[in-house]
Amino acid sequence: MKLAPYRGWSETARRDLHLALLTLALFVIVTAKFPVFASPHNLAGLLDDTAILIMLALGQMLVILVRGIDLSVAANLALCGMLAALFNRAFPGAGIAPVLALSLVAGALLGAFNGILVWKLRLPPIVVTLGTLSIYRGVIYLLSRGAWVNENEMSREFVGFTRAQFLGLSTLSWFALVFAAAAIFEMRHTRIARNLYAAGGNPEAAAYAGIDPGRMQFIAYLASGAIAGLCGFLWVSRFAVAYTDIALGFELQVIAACLIGGVAIAGGAGSAGGVLLGCLFLGIIRSSLPLVGISAFWQMFINGVVIVAAVLLSARQRRQVRAILEAR
Amino acid sequence: MSPLLTLTDIRKSFGGVRALAGVGLELHRGSITALLGENGAGKSTLVKILSGVHQPDSGSIYLEGVQTRMSTPVDARDLGIGVVHQESLVFDHLTVAENLFVNAFPVRRGLVDWVSLRTRAASVLRELGADFGADTAVTSLSIAQKHVVQIARALVNESRVLILDEPTASLSKRECAELFRIARQLRDKGCALLFITHRFEEIFELADRYAVFRDGASVGAGLLAQTSRNELIRLMVGRPVEQLFPKQDTTPGETLLSVEHLGRAGEFEDISFTLKRGEILGIYGLVGAGRSELAQVLFGTERAHVGQVTGHADIALVPEDRQGQGSILPFSIAANIALPNLMALAPRGWIRSRAENELANQWIQRLSIKAQQPTQTVQSLSGGNQQKVVLAKWLARKPAVLILDEPTKGIDVGAKAAVHAVTSEFAAAGNGVILISSELPEVIAMSDRVLVMRRGRLRGEFSRAEATSENLLRAASDA
Repeated sequence: MKLAPYRGWSETARRDLHLALLTLALFVIVTAKFPVFASPHNLAGLLDDTAILIMLALGQMLVILVRGIDLSVAANLALCGMLAALFNRAFPGAGIAPVLALSLVAGALLGAFNGILVWKLRLPPIVVTLGTLSIYRGVIYLLSRGAWVNENEMSREFVGFTRAQFLGLSTLSWFALVFAAAAIFEMRHTRIARNLYAAGGNPEAAAYAGIDPGRMQFIAYLASGAIAGLCGFLWVSRFAVAYTDIALGFELQVIAACLIGGVAIAGGAGSAGGVLLGCLFLGIIRSSLPLVGISAFWQMFINGVVIVAAVLLSARQRRQVRAILEAR
Repeated sequence: MSPLLTLTDIRKSFGGVRALAGVGLELHRGSITALLGENGAGKSTLVKILSGVHQPDSGSIYLEGVQTRMSTPVDARDLGIGVVHQESLVFDHLTVAENLFVNAFPVRRGLVDWVSLRTRAASVLRELGADFGADTAVTSLSIAQKHVVQIARALVNESRVLILDEPTASLSKRECAELFRIARQLRDKGCALLFITHRFEEIFELADRYAVFRDGASVGAGLLAQTSRNELIRLMVGRPVEQLFPKQDTTPGETLLSVEHLGRAGEFEDISFTLKRGEILGIYGLVGAGRSELAQVLFGTERAHVGQVTGHADIALVPEDRQGQGSILPFSIAANIALPNLMALAPRGWIRSRAENELANQWIQRLSIKAQQPTQTVQSLSGGNQQKVVLAKWLARKPAVLILDEPTKGIDVGAKAAVHAVTSEFAAAGNGVILISSELPEVIAMSDRVLVMRRGRLRGEFSRAEATSENLLRAASDA
């Protein structure tokens, strides 16, 4: 896909625009066949379904930006979700605020654990988070002894939190929207975001400019963990059940959304807007499959094709740039 | 005698960028031709065409008078063209012998014949007089030795044409001499060599012919004996460079920085000196003398083990490796310049794009950085302009002391003059500069005082009047 060059646009902005057009095209095609797809009710549902993916992917983006990867996000989510559910069962009258705080802090600690291993012990991120993925899942089993926490054991507030509607959207959707808006703004305009990009783009040059790349990795893992923890509560509240295997394998969808959204797996490049689009793109595919009459089992296949296509496109772009560079 | 290799009217564009606009080149048997040109003149593209990586859009290549085509690097190798790449394209995790025969492992009954591989590798290395064995792991070799591995590989492939693409950029004097010895040996065997470098001394020392490119076109070629250094510079830049070293006279003021008995185990020891306002202090020495390590300790990226540095100075360092240490290539010019200045630019954590771009525009103008806009990425700039961005990002901090580590390494003559002018102006404004350089003319012309380091120790201090090539070289070498 080769569109006219936009003078003054960065490569990332250009890629985001391409993805936006592609997502829009997908939306238009599905809507043309099935007008019900564009109904406000269906769109609200789509956003509700994609909300947790959006938040997790934005956290994952931070980690990939600094040349890391967080395979443990879904396990972190499941563990914090279980903690929230157990806390709620033990203190049903405590309200939502302590549950929110608990899941956020627990998630941040789990993320910080990853971050410390990567920063201070300089272990490879993929190995660290593959290990903690198993550890965190194992801990859920130990905490719950393999038992489920069901809806009848949860307080009404707990289960109702994500479903409350405001201006036609669920609390969960609002969380994702506010989150994404804040991320888009912050990634562009804050010093800390700039330091993250620098640490991922060229750790050595960042160190010379007074930025500790290891510390930035730690911060990214901490943020990703805190987000995963919060999402743990949101997930359990929404589905009204907690057990060892919730969100099993979800980390792959999260990483996929980042890659489709244009985050460079080698670090240093990507945008929050792109990641949001990547999530919406996956969300549209997922929610349109039943309409089109394709089994949901095809979704993994389609996700895979989209990822490979996205990476292929960006690799081609990079080669063009390099060829021009090498000419000098 | 007709040339071994002749190129005529080679043209090549990448997208809309024209890299070669009709260049010609002749390489003769038993001769070393120096290829000169500023960065962006098209030298690298020509090397890529000669090594079969790129195809010319038009033009012809004749080998021994026969028109040939090289569609792939394998074709180029089979025709006998070998390349020694600047960045040493070797396999770090293989042995020297494996590297030499990576294109054509000797095979016996379908299996690699390790015995013959080793003996043949050893004999090639002996022929070159290499100081390492065939079983050595390449990862343990120095850059100079990796160059020798590439030359040996070319010999194994029976290359008749050998291209040396800026092989001396990061070699010490002695390593250069060794490389030159091997180059002459190949020349005497009848090979045609193409030698690319930015250092004029080396051209006159090694080569006998020259070819000059400017903006993708050939602007001159002939015998070196019939030309002069100034003539070559004039051809390269298209105008006479009167002022490559615009040094302003200054009177040194109060002491800015005072270093006493500074040492770091295994790198340098007992370093003492002072730096005064208005002064450019040159530090000369061979690669590995401990100069960059000293710079890092002064800047604070490494700690000293003994000794102390006093002075209330704000120190900035323009590191040696501008792409690896100095800049973040995929970042825009504005973001690169802003990076060490974010505290000042965004005291509350919020960056305003307009302030950032204003700062960048200011420096783009002051240093005449060739760029369309501040949002352009640094990787799209030429080496000289990249270096100007690195300079800008540190000058924008308004430091009192600026440490420059090989500031003009590998950049073209025009950018070099600009870097020197900025440096001189900065010192004249009452600041201090420490100029680390392996380039004698630069150190001599730019410095008010020169320190010479050898093997981690100070070996002499020379005033501007005493700093002659002979004095500095004698202090820097083991003699």
